[in-house]
This record gives sequence, structure tokens and C-alpha cells, in this order.
Amino acid sequence: MYGSRLRSLSAATVVTLITGFSLAAFVAPMDADQGFMQKIFYLHVPMAIVALCGFVFGGICAVMHLRTDDPKWDLRSYVAIHISVILGVGVLLTGAIWAKASWGHWWVWDEPTLVSFLIIFLLYATYTPLRFSIEDREKQARYASVFAITAGAFVPLNFLAVRAATSLVHPRTFDSAGNLPGAMRTAFLVCFAGMILLYVLLWQYEMAHKNTVAQLRSLKRKLAGDDGLRSRRSAAPELQV
Amino acid sequence: MILASNALPDNAGYVAAAYLVFLALLVIYIGIMAYKLGRVERDVVELNRLADEDRAPAVPAPAEEEASHV
Repeated sequence: MYGSRLRSLSAATVVTLITGFSLAAFVAPMDADQGFMQKIFYLHVPMAIVALCGFVFGGICAVMHLRTDDPKWDLRSYVAIHISVILGVGVLLTGAIWAKASWGHWWVWDEPTLVSFLIIFLLYATYTPLRFSIEDREKQARYASVFAITAGAFVPLNFLAVRAATSLVHPRTFDSAGNLPGAMRTAFLVCFAGMILLYVLLWQYEMAHKNTVAQLRSLKRKLAGDDGLRSRRSAAPELQV
Repeated sequence: MILASNALPDNAGYVAAAYLVFLALLVIYIGIMAYKLGRVERDVVELNRLADEDRAPAVPAPAEEEASHV
């Protein structure tokens, strides 16, 4: 049951995020270089890391799906990627705002970190249309899993490639052991924990919803017979209960 | 000497915009979930109706009733 711990998880997420953002606003010192606008860092960076980790998690679930042939893993992979794409939109928008405030441009095309994230985002933006284009449910699940694994492996490779590249503009968050002073580090880590909790919470919500819909369809099938259900074409996996 | 001030720094608008974008995304997500919840609710109402129909005693049709009297 995905919905059983939603209340406590929701409370923990709200408390952690509010604490993290409060620490970032009132406790963490002003950045010597960027001043107040550096506060976007506490939102933008945790969101980016969690989104990328979510894509990798989607790939791991897809591996499990291909190994076990259990549609639940396909659903987990689908939901993980779905939530990461939503966070990805947030990363691109907050990043553009920060770039405008810091560099005077909404987007800098010769900056590897920005462009690589955009490539990953666009790659995953094709995931849902890919699923929708395949009518056969089994084929859809298998092809989507292969996609999720390939794209999921591309994420860390891409990250390492960007790290190896010499960047002139975009700063590195953890390029050495202590490039964040104590209060900044604490605020960042709390925001990061809050963002992880938010991701897990949204994932659990989606999973609870999809499971409830599957249970309802099963119940409808039992009460109304097979005639009561029209199979609708969808990108989302359909669980058979 | 640094003077204390109640005024927000120059770039506060950008910071506020970034956090508002995050909030807006969450609100949109909650809105979509609310719409989906509405659909689930409609399904539950329909299932309730189907369950009631199943439980109701079968009433013979008028034509059948007449035929049985003849």
C-alpha cells in the first residue's frame, strides 16, 4: 500500500523544506560574490540533483522490470521519470532566472552544465510520447524500459563529462571538500533532504493514485463485466490487479 | 560600517520569482492530482451504483407476468 504513510511523509516534507528555506534565507550568510541572489542556489541545485537521481532511479526500476517482467516495476520507472521531468522543468526555469540575475542572460549556450541538462531534459521529454506511440501494452512497457535504462546510464556519464570539461561560467557545487562554509552547507543539506522527501512524497502519491485506479478498474470489471470497460490508449502503464 | 536596513536587496525580485516558480509547479501538480481524484470519485460513485443494482431483487418484466397468468 503506497498511501499508508502519506500523512507522516507529507508532514516531514513540509517541515524539512520550510526549515531548509528558512535557514537559507535567515541563517546562511550572504555570498561574497553574488549577494542575495545566491539564495536561488538552495532551491535550484537540490532540485537538479534530485531530478537527475530520479532519472537514474527510473533506469534501475526499468532494469528490474526487464529482469522480473513484473509490470509494477514498469509503473515505478514511469512514475520516477514523470516526477523527475516535472522537477526538470523547475530546474530549467529557476536556472534561467538565476542566469538572468547573475550573468544578464536567460540562457548561455556555450555553458556545458546548462546545455547538458537541457539535452537530458529533452531526451526524457520524448519518453511519454514514445510510450503513447506504442499501442501494445507489453511492447510499450519493454521498449520504455530499454529507453529508461539507456537514458538512465547516459545521465551519470553526461554528468562526469561535464565535470571533466573546463567551465568558465557555471560554478561547481562540491568541487573540493570545503567550498561551502558551515551555515551554507547546513542550509543546503537541509534543503537537499527536503527535496529528496518531496520527490519520494510525489512518487508515493502517484503510485497510490495509479494503484487505486487499477483496483477500481478491477472492481468495475467484476461488477459490470468486461463490457463495462473500454480500453483507452494511454502512455501510463496499466496494472492488472 | 554596515548600516542595518529594512529594504530588500536589489536582486530580491529574481530570488522571489525562482521560489514562486517552484511554488507554482507544486500548485499545478496538486491541481492535476485534484482533477484525477475527481475522476476516481466518479468511478467510486458508479461502482456504488453497480453494486446497488446487483443487490436489488430481480423484478419480473410486465410481459412475463401476464404470460404466467395465462
